[in-house]
Amino acid sequence: MTTPSSTESLNVSSANYSKVDKILERFEYKKSNLIAILQEVQAHFKFLPENIMTYLGTKMAVSPATVFGVATFYSQFSLEPKGKYIVKICDGTACHVRGSMPVYDAVMNRLKLTDGKFTTEDGLFSVETVSCLGACGLAPVCVINEKIYPKMTPDAILAIINNFVNDEGV
Amino acid sequence: MSENKTLFINGKEVEFTDEINILEVMRKNGFNVPTFCYRPDLKPFGACRMCVVEIEGRGIQTSCTMPPESGLRIQTNTERTRRIRKTVLELLLANHDRECTSCEKSGSCELQKYAEEYGIREIRYAKKKEFLPIDDSNPSIVRDPNKCILCGACVRACEEFQGHAVLGFANRGSKTVVQPLAGKCLSEVDCVYCGQCQTVCPTGALTIKSDIEKVWSQITNKNKKVVVQIAPAVRVAIGEMFNLEPGENTIGLINTALREIGFDLVFDTNFSADLTIMEEGTEFIERLQKDENLPMFTSCCPAWVRYLEGAHPDMLGHLSTCKSPQSMLSPVLKEVLPLRLPEYTKENLVVVSIMPCTAKKSEAGRSELSMNGIQDTDYVLTTKELGRMIKEAGINFAHLAPSKGDSPFGEYTGAGTIFGASGGVAEAAVRTAYELITQQPLSDCDIKELRGVHNRCRDVEFDINGKKVVVRVVSTLKEAEKSIMEIKKGEAKFQLLEVMACPGGCVNGGGQPKSCDSSLIKEKRARGLYKEDESLLLRKSHENPEIQKLYEEFLEKPGSHKAHELLHTNYKNRLKGSYKDFE
Repeated sequence: MTTPSSTESLNVSSANYSKVDKILERFEYKKSNLIAILQEVQAHFKFLPENIMTYLGTKMAVSPATVFGVATFYSQFSLEPKGKYIVKICDGTACHVRGSMPVYDAVMNRLKLTDGKFTTEDGLFSVETVSCLGACGLAPVCVINEKIYPKMTPDAILAIINNFVNDEGV
Repeated sequence: MSENKTLFINGKEVEFTDEINILEVMRKNGFNVPTFCYRPDLKPFGACRMCVVEIEGRGIQTSCTMPPESGLRIQTNTERTRRIRKTVLELLLANHDRECTSCEKSGSCELQKYAEEYGIREIRYAKKKEFLPIDDSNPSIVRDPNKCILCGACVRACEEFQGHAVLGFANRGSKTVVQPLAGKCLSEVDCVYCGQCQTVCPTGALTIKSDIEKVWSQITNKNKKVVVQIAPAVRVAIGEMFNLEPGENTIGLINTALREIGFDLVFDTNFSADLTIMEEGTEFIERLQKDENLPMFTSCCPAWVRYLEGAHPDMLGHLSTCKSPQSMLSPVLKEVLPLRLPEYTKENLVVVSIMPCTAKKSEAGRSELSMNGIQDTDYVLTTKELGRMIKEAGINFAHLAPSKGDSPFGEYTGAGTIFGASGGVAEAAVRTAYELITQQPLSDCDIKELRGVHNRCRDVEFDINGKKVVVRVVSTLKEAEKSIMEIKKGEAKFQLLEVMACPGGCVNGGGQPKSCDSSLIKEKRARGLYKEDESLLLRKSHENPEIQKLYEEFLEKPGSHKAHELLHTNYKNRLKGSYKDFE
């Protein structure tokens, strides 16, 4: 109702919950491990589904509203499904002055992302900006699924994106 | 002997002992600073920054989070503290829906009060937020996020009292909101409608859903006969709205006021509290003898019943099948009044109850508490709402001539009146159960070990005919949850569990007049109830002559078929759709 981002739920399947149970067991159901647990859950589902957050809260004896509060406090957590390829474009000071925004614009145009949308409809790509990856010597820098792409230009990033698109056979 | 510890407030040397913060030391010594987020019954939070003081060598500190130390030199009113407080007020007001005159909390709003005290006439900051939707999806509580100042009192009350935290903070920075999970409505989450969130809310962000207009329209309808019942805890609190002392028993004034408002007959829920004891006491004795479904849980508190249905439906067998006193009296009225008074029919009779409780509003709507499609209780007003009706009717409450309730359902014993304080139901039950089992008179009616509004869990052991019976009294659902866990682990050593969801019981209920310091007020209110109990000639429910007559003429005997039809209920597994979906 008053949430800025809509939340989505997953279909309840026992496989999903047993995966979450394993994560919870590893972190001993501790409230102090909530952020780490949310990170693992997000790594698995690519986002934090609402019913999974409810499940976590119930299992950990933390109220679901509190889990939701933590999940919405940190921008690293997403309540919406993310794409298969997560394109992180650094917009720290160094990257910014060396032209990260033209790189960002080129990606957004190529993927036809407008109106506050950051994930493509086919679910392949998500685009986000991050504030300084600590690799200022490589500015402007992008990271796609943990792989670092240094000294980007609009042309270079388009070539990389096109490669991924071709690999997927779209 | 250690030396007395002292500190200085505005130059005056004062002693302190084990106060949790300098704010408490200040208030004890007559110094005050404004607060929004600080509530004595809740953990200090330091969110609102209104309680700032200047401490020599330490600069500006929030007095609610700063523990007292010897030798501190505190200034409560300096150029800097005043400037900070004004800025805080301006910032809060900038994003606040300032339609004060039509706000439910107008007159009792702390933001309004301090804005007035600090002479805020101009707000330098622009309004930023958009209008957020209001949640009035449930019968008890209205949530208006446009009036929220993010003090977090409701979040802490929900967590610390009910262990529930239905409400939580979401998002960050300027986008922060307080809301139920994922911005849902209160009716969609596990809210039990205890209303403690709105008693601690300093503004109009959380308020009681009013049924005043509906009741007025029934009263003015010539074709309706409107009767009313008043719960025990109402009588010791409503006076506060008319400058009377907390704990002063105003039942006589309430009776007169209700008649002046236009109610046709005025009854007392204390009567049905006595009735509850007859049924619940009998049920308890039966369970003790058969040794089944023990420990037995009391079922008077609707927030508790809803909690159990939602969180532990597997434990519903422990819950007494007795309806709450409110829901016992209403069907009796609807059955008996038309038999005795020709002008009353099942169709024209309207039953209104005055309760210290917001959850009672939702209880009244339960499908289990209706007959042939007609709800037993038609409308529930809280203490606060009745106070407002009295004001609206222009009645000079404090100067009314006291009067008695109408016979027969206005008669009650001391056992009925103490239902309003935590431990009261258990004490009333023990008084009756002891005499019914042993057939011996109970020498001392005062079972003081069961009393107390501060201690949220206590066990008292009784020897009844050589049998050891342990009664446990808890208030708050957080404590109740611990007892449930004991039972589930097989460690519970008690046979009767009294649960009240509000800390201290109904005297501190969600529908009671607002108080910023409930820790003191609830004690005074409870004392008022025990005082009435002591002053009454009859103090055991089974001695109530009108109760005896009702059984003789109508209900046969406790636990009879007729009694079960009217006075007992059943519960539902409401686990589905709640947070506990996956257990």
